[in-house]
Amino acid sequence: MAKPSIEPGAELDGFAIGERVHQGGMATLWSVTHPGINVPLLMKIPRIAEGEDPAAIVSFEMEQMIVPRLAGPHVPLCFGSGDFDRQPYVVIERIPGKTLYDRLGDLPIPYEEARVIAGKIATALADLHRQNVIHHDIKPSSIMFRDSGEAVLIDFGLSHHNQLPDLLQEEFRLPYGTAPYMAPERLLGVRDDPRSDLFSLGVLLYFFTTGVRPFGESETLRGMKRRLWRDPYPPRQLRPDYPPWLQEIVLRCLEIEPVWRHPTASQLAFALAHPDQVKLTARSERLQRDPITTVWRRRFNRGLTLPKPKSDVAAQLASGPIVAVAIDTEEGSGPLNECLRVTAEQLLATLPSARLACINVLKLGRITIDRTLDEEGNNKHIDRLVALRHWASPLKLDESRLTVHVLEAIDPASAILEFTGVNQVDHIVIGARQNSMMRMFLGSVSAKVATEAACTVTVVRPPRSAMALVRQDGRKPKAIEAS
Amino acid sequence: MRLAVFADIHANRQAFSACLAAARARGAERIICLGDIVGYGADPEWAVETVMDLVHDGAIAVRGNHDNAIGTPSETMNGAAQAAIEWTRGRLSAPQRRFLAELPLTQQEDDRLYVHSEASNPARWRYVEGTSDAARSIEATDAQPHVHVTFCGHIHQPALYSMSSAAKMTSFVPTSDVPVQLLGGRRWLAVIGSVGQPRDGNPAAAFAMLDTATREITYCRVPYDVETAADRIRANGLPRWLADRLLEGR
Repeated sequence: MAKPSIEPGAELDGFAIGERVHQGGMATLWSVTHPGINVPLLMKIPRIAEGEDPAAIVSFEMEQMIVPRLAGPHVPLCFGSGDFDRQPYVVIERIPGKTLYDRLGDLPIPYEEARVIAGKIATALADLHRQNVIHHDIKPSSIMFRDSGEAVLIDFGLSHHNQLPDLLQEEFRLPYGTAPYMAPERLLGVRDDPRSDLFSLGVLLYFFTTGVRPFGESETLRGMKRRLWRDPYPPRQLRPDYPPWLQEIVLRCLEIEPVWRHPTASQLAFALAHPDQVKLTARSERLQRDPITTVWRRRFNRGLTLPKPKSDVAAQLASGPIVAVAIDTEEGSGPLNECLRVTAEQLLATLPSARLACINVLKLGRITIDRTLDEEGNNKHIDRLVALRHWASPLKLDESRLTVHVLEAIDPASAILEFTGVNQVDHIVIGARQNSMMRMFLGSVSAKVATEAACTVTVVRPPRSAMALVRQDGRKPKAIEAS
Repeated sequence: MRLAVFADIHANRQAFSACLAAARARGAERIICLGDIVGYGADPEWAVETVMDLVHDGAIAVRGNHDNAIGTPSETMNGAAQAAIEWTRGRLSAPQRRFLAELPLTQQEDDRLYVHSEASNPARWRYVEGTSDAARSIEATDAQPHVHVTFCGHIHQPALYSMSSAAKMTSFVPTSDVPVQLLGGRRWLAVIGSVGQPRDGNPAAAFAMLDTATREITYCRVPYDVETAADRIRANGLPRWLADRLLEGR
């Protein structure tokens, strides 16, 4: 079959070709339209002529396999693709606006703005990783934003899909990617660890807040390999006003060993969303790089640099969930809270990378204007935080795994649902209220949460013996509803 | 068109019945049998009869080394395999034995090549154990009219290899039920797991589906009544190891 011509006015598989939007080293982008598709479209055509970079073909093939399978707001939608036997192309949604590369002239940007941007990227990465894909080329020019605010990741030519053949696996002797952003384990040939993307995001966050790339711009393998043993200058050395919580997050992303980074992109997004709750370690205060003895130990300790056995992306994500426990601090919730603690303890015991968010809803009146202070002048919000920490203390969790949150809301169920949605909580543990009078007036919070949550919900009830004791106080036992 | 590809049935009636039902439920329109219909398992008459019926109705079948050993005793088989072949030979009718002996070593259909072991020398029954074996098989198909994908079995462990236009190889252990597009710009070797004696640590029966329109291959696993298949092996006095290994998939 003759190769169809690609030029303005031509047509390919029903797509009318418009202007050429971009001519890159690997591919050419054309604006296209298709009857019946109302979003702006781009057709990406790889450069495969004689003498072109062979990586252009392989990275196009990866996009051809991966992009049609991706879904959700954090990726461009795919509307069609063509194979090499005729004319290779993919047609994707055209995201309006510019990439984050456009901001390079503004660096460094304010800390708060960088925190918001990095949080959006981490959320997008979490969504991508949940689809079994590691991006492997996170850098400013692969990131765009929808008008609604969500980060959109583009360019999947270097990506790894955990359930599809990895065509880049044996193709190139050198790791392929963008040198300043590449995670150290990539230099050892590791392509199946989603935490490589967290490292790249850490480089971006460091760069955007200091104006300096943490590992320079070296493109040589020798220069790149330094990051296997040499840590970057702590941002506080470059900018004395650098917030400790931000340095804590950035340097954790840039840990040489993936296991020392945030366990998942969701957990990184969580930290960025709650900077006041970031557990500050020695990282947050550092002004100097690691001493030369440490660097030598890393450099000459082969064990640290040996490739790890193949990992399963889905299993790794599942081992580091965000668990939220909704705690009622009212009088009489003791037995139920004890059961909630036992359930939380059992969950956390099996998941060493899980983190726990304890939440409590401070209910606001529908009509009255609530005062932050109660009648005795105590701050209700602070009291609740203290109560949550008290509840969690027997769990003996490392502080980096625990956060406490008091939500002020009229409708407790909606507040819990909103918190768990925004923070990408994987598992909600909530108690079923047994007090029938309360339920009659308030409806069942746990029933609404269990019905409407997008994640797993465990509804906890006190053991039967404890319930029997409650009923002995003269109240009529009620049938247990599906609370 | 949707193809269902079966390899290494090995006279396991319970496994093959379950796979055929699963393939039909997935809309299989054409059946490919990559050989080793008999050997190891306790229902060779049923297995050969079933494949003969399928071939009569348009299925494609090629000869495996165990099928071959019924008519041409092999010197390289291990003791348990040899004992099962001797037992099987006595069970099959003359027309069934002739059917096995007359199966071709390879068959090509459009851009697909079917072979039991690998394509470089089908009568040598070599195993595809890694990318270099896979590369030799794919290179051997250069001489034939365009072969985009070669299907084989023999090693009883599913795998998917590809060779790029620059002759670089990739290997992949397929994930069950996740379709993989066999991209047109490279050539593929699809090693199908075993229906009747899986050896990848998963006792579930293996087969694969190919959608020729989308070029997507899907590796499938089907749980089946392993206990009965193992009991039948023991009840017929075949080596006990052949029953035990079914339970563990090794």
